[in-house]
Amino acid sequence: MVQLTLPKNSRITTGKTWPKPEGASNVRKFKIYRWNPDDGQNPRVDTYFVDMDDCGPMVLDALIYIKNKVDATLTFRRSCREGICGSCAMNIDGINTLACIYGMDEIKGDVKIYPLPHMEVVKDLIPDLTHFYAQHASIMPWLETKTNRPAKEWKQSIEDRKKLDGLYECVMCASCSTSCPSYWWNSDKYLGPAALLHAYRWIIDSRDEATGERLDQLEDPFKLYRCHTIMNCAKTCPKGLNPAKAIAEIKKMMIDRTV
Amino acid sequence: MADVKRGNRPLSPHLTIYRPQMTSASSIMVRITGIAALILSALVVWWLLAAATSESAFAFIDTLIRSWLGDLVMFGATWAIFYHMLGRLRHVIWDLGYCLDVSVAEKLGIGMFVLATVLTIITALVV
Repeated sequence: MVQLTLPKNSRITTGKTWPKPEGASNVRKFKIYRWNPDDGQNPRVDTYFVDMDDCGPMVLDALIYIKNKVDATLTFRRSCREGICGSCAMNIDGINTLACIYGMDEIKGDVKIYPLPHMEVVKDLIPDLTHFYAQHASIMPWLETKTNRPAKEWKQSIEDRKKLDGLYECVMCASCSTSCPSYWWNSDKYLGPAALLHAYRWIIDSRDEATGERLDQLEDPFKLYRCHTIMNCAKTCPKGLNPAKAIAEIKKMMIDRTV
Repeated sequence: MADVKRGNRPLSPHLTIYRPQMTSASSIMVRITGIAALILSALVVWWLLAAATSESAFAFIDTLIRSWLGDLVMFGATWAIFYHMLGRLRHVIWDLGYCLDVSVAEKLGIGMFVLATVLTIITALVV
């Protein structure tokens, strides 16, 4: 359902302004979304100052600076710091991306950081991804075979393997799905760009033998067809992938098999 | 699907914090112009119905449509119809699997705004 405004408990209030680092000349302002599940208050936006001469170039470096030197209660996910784990996905400067590979030199003015849009917040910059992962699981993200297991491995030609390029690189960071207005309004029934890109990754895998079942499962007014080719997903993907194209290919296969 | 309702968790902000994108702006405009065109068609139906009802009823709506306000509404509606038509055409191209790269899709979006404007001005000059 389209609901343009935030529910009462989600409206954002002005938060605390934390002290500037002493003796720093090159200071940058950060406005960061905060919500604490334990204090019973509404979310707020806190203001922090980071000494850029004492901080790495990426947004994640600044978050770690704040956590180490200003406010240890700031909560966020991070792990690999090189764009391969997908943990630090968040809304930075108005778009969804990975904090670890987004340079602060790409941002003009104050750095505004929010959790991924239209998600339930667990704490601060951490959204609840339970439903997102369940949707991924629902598309059977594994090789489904019916013929007898080969003596060594399931083989694939170089050409067939190439079809998986631009799909297998997805790290499931949820940036695309949470950038999609259609997913904002219908995430209960619409699978969203990430899950559908993975669905296509298995549909076109030459070794997979459940293409028909996979397409049957997606033949639904909501699961697939809530994609209106808005393309925010492809625009925001931190790995440069194109879920919109993958979804369009699934729609084409749906038509091809009925005609 | 998994139950994600635990406690009084807030919903993270969306529309108000997401930076406007060419991709989403040109997309929502297709829907808005579609609805606008529907409302306009009601106005045209009213005009035709009035013509079939009585002379005074027709005179009222006819004066309204021919006034400067009516001209403005018709000009806007012409733009809406052209934009909507181009938007649907873009969907046909996409459904055939073409022009799905972000840079191309964005150019098509800008092209729709420009072309709809040009076509509207031509229409206004001719009519």
